[in-house]
Amino acid sequence: MFKYLKQLTSLVAMVAVLFTFTTESMAAKKSKTLKNTQKKGFVRCGVSQGLPGFSNADAAGNWTGVDVDVCRAVAAAVLGDANKVKFTPLSAKERFTALTSGEIDILSRNTTWTLSRDADIGLTFVGVNFYDGQGFMVRKSSGITSTSQFKSGISACTNIGTTTELNMRDFFNSKGISYEPVAFEKADEVVAAYDAGRCDTYTTDKSGLAAQRTKLSNPDDHIVLPETISKEPLGPVVRQGDSVWEDIVRWSLNAMIEAEEYGITSSNADSMKTSENPAIKRLVGAEGELGAAFGLDNEWSLRIIKQVGNYGESYKRNIADTGILPDRGPNQLWTKGGILYVPPAR
Amino acid sequence: MNFKLKTIVPQLITVLAVILVFGFFTYNAQINMENRGIDFGYGFLSQESSFDVQFSLIEYDGSHSYFRAYLVGLLNTILVSVIGIIIATVIGVIVGIARLSPNYLINKFAAFYVEFFRNIPLLLQIFFWYFAALRALPLPQDAEAMFGVFFLTIKGLYVPAFIWENLNIFFYSLVAAVISIIIIKTYAKKVQETQGKQIPVFLIGIGLIFSLPLLSFLIGGVNLSFEVPKLKQLATTSFIYEGGVSLPPELIALTLSLSLYTATFIAECVRAGIQGVGKGQKEAAASIGLTPNQVLKLVIMPQALRIIIPPTTNQYLNLTKNSSLAAAIAYPDLVLVFAGTALMQTGKAIEIVSITMLTYLSLSVSISILMNWYNKKIAIKEK
Repeated sequence: MFKYLKQLTSLVAMVAVLFTFTTESMAAKKSKTLKNTQKKGFVRCGVSQGLPGFSNADAAGNWTGVDVDVCRAVAAAVLGDANKVKFTPLSAKERFTALTSGEIDILSRNTTWTLSRDADIGLTFVGVNFYDGQGFMVRKSSGITSTSQFKSGISACTNIGTTTELNMRDFFNSKGISYEPVAFEKADEVVAAYDAGRCDTYTTDKSGLAAQRTKLSNPDDHIVLPETISKEPLGPVVRQGDSVWEDIVRWSLNAMIEAEEYGITSSNADSMKTSENPAIKRLVGAEGELGAAFGLDNEWSLRIIKQVGNYGESYKRNIADTGILPDRGPNQLWTKGGILYVPPAR
Repeated sequence: MNFKLKTIVPQLITVLAVILVFGFFTYNAQINMENRGIDFGYGFLSQESSFDVQFSLIEYDGSHSYFRAYLVGLLNTILVSVIGIIIATVIGVIVGIARLSPNYLINKFAAFYVEFFRNIPLLLQIFFWYFAALRALPLPQDAEAMFGVFFLTIKGLYVPAFIWENLNIFFYSLVAAVISIIIIKTYAKKVQETQGKQIPVFLIGIGLIFSLPLLSFLIGGVNLSFEVPKLKQLATTSFIYEGGVSLPPELIALTLSLSLYTATFIAECVRAGIQGVGKGQKEAAASIGLTPNQVLKLVIMPQALRIIIPPTTNQYLNLTKNSSLAAAIAYPDLVLVFAGTALMQTGKAIEIVSITMLTYLSLSVSISILMNWYNKKIAIKEK
């Protein structure tokens, strides 16, 4: 019998471990995500594998971009330090599984908000941090200046697992053009294949085209066509079922946009505490009890503005100054002719 | 404690543990999916897929169902596996025999090939062949025709399409040729066994397989014409070939890298198999007056095959499973189309991944069964 004692003990230990896991996972309490994040000391954030302006890592491993800033804002609000974020680079294919399986807590990866994604697969979109649309990039030498010049037989490089594949089909079908879709798993391979001449056009969100264009061997030889063939509101996503966490991420983003609206910047945030405007005072934590609603202190939004900046600062730093999309287009405040409009923080 | 109990108790515990682990994961998945509002079900398979696929052996576009998309991916996986297995076997056998060649140059070249290709990760080789080929191949408008009708370009290999008239008669003539060869072969074997006379079956066979289909052209009304690819301009600097059949560069690069990689392992199996046959066998065969050709065909190979087949089966399985690396270079195989695009569009991760796993399992088991059957056929028959 002693012969089997060893196996038996390990078996018992295994079963015991399994049971502890079970009890833990069933004890779903209110905002488990917030509790876990505070316990771990960092926000787990899923980003792209490298999209300049949105989420891109430099040689030292520092992540920058407007998508990255959403996660940094949440870290500033929840943990008090915008640098306490663990970034997980994900392919388009992996992203939702990583979120629903609990590997990450926020997916901030230029992800299009659609009905089926929001309703079907256990996800909740919390807002829009970039209004985009799908476009096409072609070689200047081809002489194509508009999608109306596309002809049957055209080959189009793109990523799999995106709304791009579906929009592309709708677009070409409606024009009666037959096309060859060449779909890669990773963006870098799409760029390489298009650059080599495998495809006549590269199609994805226009922001993505502008960003990926900088990776081509001769960016100036390529142009993004003016037509936009779809609506692509990109925004952060959280797991369904934790409404407190959902609210924290939503209002971290909203706080950045509203801060820009009221002219609160990272440099003047502290002095705004003495502002006459009650809306400003609420946003910098000098008035009201806004943080208490989701279990945070009152300076959550002040920390976001001071450490990450308002939406305009983030856009300028990541997208405009890097030459990707100097013109803010629809991503301008509603007061300045854009469509950025967030509910009031009160 | 008696012996029986001693053997049964650990087995019972093992079974129990397996059930517990599976039960735990199923239960946990159920709870988690319920919490996150994810439905479970295979109903999506009949829904419209609404995405297109670059290369398909059956008629398919986005208006077909997800199930059809699954078939497209499956057939593409089978296509690349079958072509890959055939090419890898041919290269493997040649290189394996070449490694035993007394010719220094051939021997060393084969050894270099094996060591080089089996020691570089397959994914890197796939990238190399794909992107190297993309960089090296000409644009359609610069491509020069091979034999006047083939065009190898960055957008693919364009070959003429066959246009048949009365294809069925041609097909029947082929079947007739094959059947008559089998009959002649059985007859020849009988003649040899009873009278010791040899009939040149090989030559007769070659004659038949060419002459019968040829006859079908001459008197059967079969006609074959070719549709040669023609250059078409899409824009100032953008061209494609129209007409004919086009093979995407992704398929070519994937087949090439899978075959070259797997062939190295098959070559080693072949070498081991031939070296595993005792020297005495060859000498004994020669001493009873068999020609060198007969020695190889009748004595060495039947014994070597018994050693070669089982490990080669593993290589065939490896090649089939490795074909899933296709996703990296946009070849629309099962993983890219079904476990990639379809999974993303539906969000049915558990369902799709389980179907994909089952499919690969069935493919592998089928290959195993086929190879085991062949292995049994050539095994020593105890009398």
